Amino acid sequence: MLELKDITWSAPSGEQILKGVSFKVPDNRLVAVTGPNGGGKTTIAKLIAGIEKPLSGKIYLDGEDITELNVTERARKGISYAFQQPVRFKGLTVSDLIRLSSGEERSDESLCEVLRKVGLCAREYIDREVSSSLSGGEIKRIEIATVLERPSKLAVFDEPEAGIDLWSFTSLISVFDELRRKKDKTLVIISHQERILSVADEIVVISGGEVKHSGDKEEILPLLLNDGVRSKVCPKM
Amino acid sequence: MELITEKLLNVVSDWTGTFAGAYNIRENGQCAGRAVTENIDIITKTDKPGIDIKVKPGTKKETVSIPACVTKGDIDDLVYNDFYVGENSDIVIVAGCGVHTDSHETARHNGVHRFFLSKNARVVYKEKHIGTGTGDGTRSIDPVTEAFLEEGAVLEIESVQIKGVDSTRRKTKATVGKDAKLIIRESLMTDGEQAADTEFEVELNGENSGADIVSRSVAKGNSKQNYRSRIIGNAACTGHSECDAIIADKATVNAAPELTAANPDAQLIHEAAIGKIAGEQILKLMTLGLTEEEAENKIIEGFLR
Repeated sequence: MLELKDITWSAPSGEQILKGVSFKVPDNRLVAVTGPNGGGKTTIAKLIAGIEKPLSGKIYLDGEDITELNVTERARKGISYAFQQPVRFKGLTVSDLIRLSSGEERSDESLCEVLRKVGLCAREYIDREVSSSLSGGEIKRIEIATVLERPSKLAVFDEPEAGIDLWSFTSLISVFDELRRKKDKTLVIISHQERILSVADEIVVISGGEVKHSGDKEEILPLLLNDGVRSKVCPKM
Repeated sequence: MELITEKLLNVVSDWTGTFAGAYNIRENGQCAGRAVTENIDIITKTDKPGIDIKVKPGTKKETVSIPACVTKGDIDDLVYNDFYVGENSDIVIVAGCGVHTDSHETARHNGVHRFFLSKNARVVYKEKHIGTGTGDGTRSIDPVTEAFLEEGAVLEIESVQIKGVDSTRRKTKATVGKDAKLIIRESLMTDGEQAADTEFEVELNGENSGADIVSRSVAKGNSKQNYRSRIIGNAACTGHSECDAIIADKATVNAAPELTAANPDAQLIHEAAIGKIAGEQILKLMTLGLTEEEAENKIIEGFLR
């Protein structure tokens, strides 16, 4: 189980972004974190991955305090993270990244299989550099593939829908739904998309740096759809 | 042959105790082994140190290896090697160089290579450089390359400086004829007090001739790198020069690509980028479980590959 307890965080400018955020993510559940832009959702994702450190508060993974662990240490504890804006590398290929992520040699066929899951016509991509030779949508899907292939217990996706086309998004929803049904990985997905919220087990709504609502999807989603914030939180795709 | 030579040969030219095809091994300015084939002859020059490599027209799928090693200080090796590649040939040339010194004295190799590619000849030229040894004497490699490409010829140069070379000055000049192509891929790493100068000058003289030069380098420590390229388009041609450098510590990189078009149908492009490893690149690899140091090494390894 992942637990965030009384987390505060301020931007370098001094603006307080998170004001005492607490919530729990039970094992093998899909928890969607949603809310208006600027509310602190991406900061929460980075705090879980260790890219940012809280000003105060604690983060626990399976009861262990991981607040002071760095990114590598958290990755080795089983936390993986998909960047909202993926990183480009001159020289590293798609297969390099997926092999690094999975921690093992992979056959071309198995690389193709994971790329197909994220909607890429696979074989032609294997030896491509993860650089400007790929479009924003392609590189986003490769970023998601690196996290899907990582043997982690907790995977954090920061706005996986951003920058990908409708067909790939539909395919991605199926992948998340399948992972949720398998119940062998805990998923935290930062998203504005109603379709992602619909496949979640639980929803946490962050607004103004605080948890506004949290609970089972059946309880939270109707609140979102009826309280007038739908246009901010759940644009149709 | 000395043990050091064998070790250097293994690194720079994949030596495993023998070479497939024709070869000439140069050790401390002397010939340490040679073989020729029916299609590739190697002849010692009589007017200056070096060899002539003559490839018969139509020779296909053959490799000729001409590595050179300097195994101790106080050796300043200068060699002139000329390659005459016959029409419609398609061969690989391996020309690695290793310099080693365990003393205060300089170990230097200076190879002057000239390539004469006849009509429709294709050559892949592979060159790896390395410096080794415990001494504080300078390890220096100063290659000079001149290439003359006749109609339809293609020359691909793969040049890699692995590590340990204190000083290198590389000069490459080429003239490219009708429908001929020159492709250069350079990878270079410097560290500590090392210095590396690279200079390319290519004249595209024939209609539909082309040049594609890509240099990727990493400069660490206090090292200094200078990159100069000049592509001259004298005909309807295409030319591309790209210099990408990763810089770290107190290193200095200077990149100066130059284009000269003397024909309205010459299409010439240059790119140059210098910068440190992006923090997000390191973070991404750390999220995959690599340490910061492992992430940097992996990024550099990929960049120079």
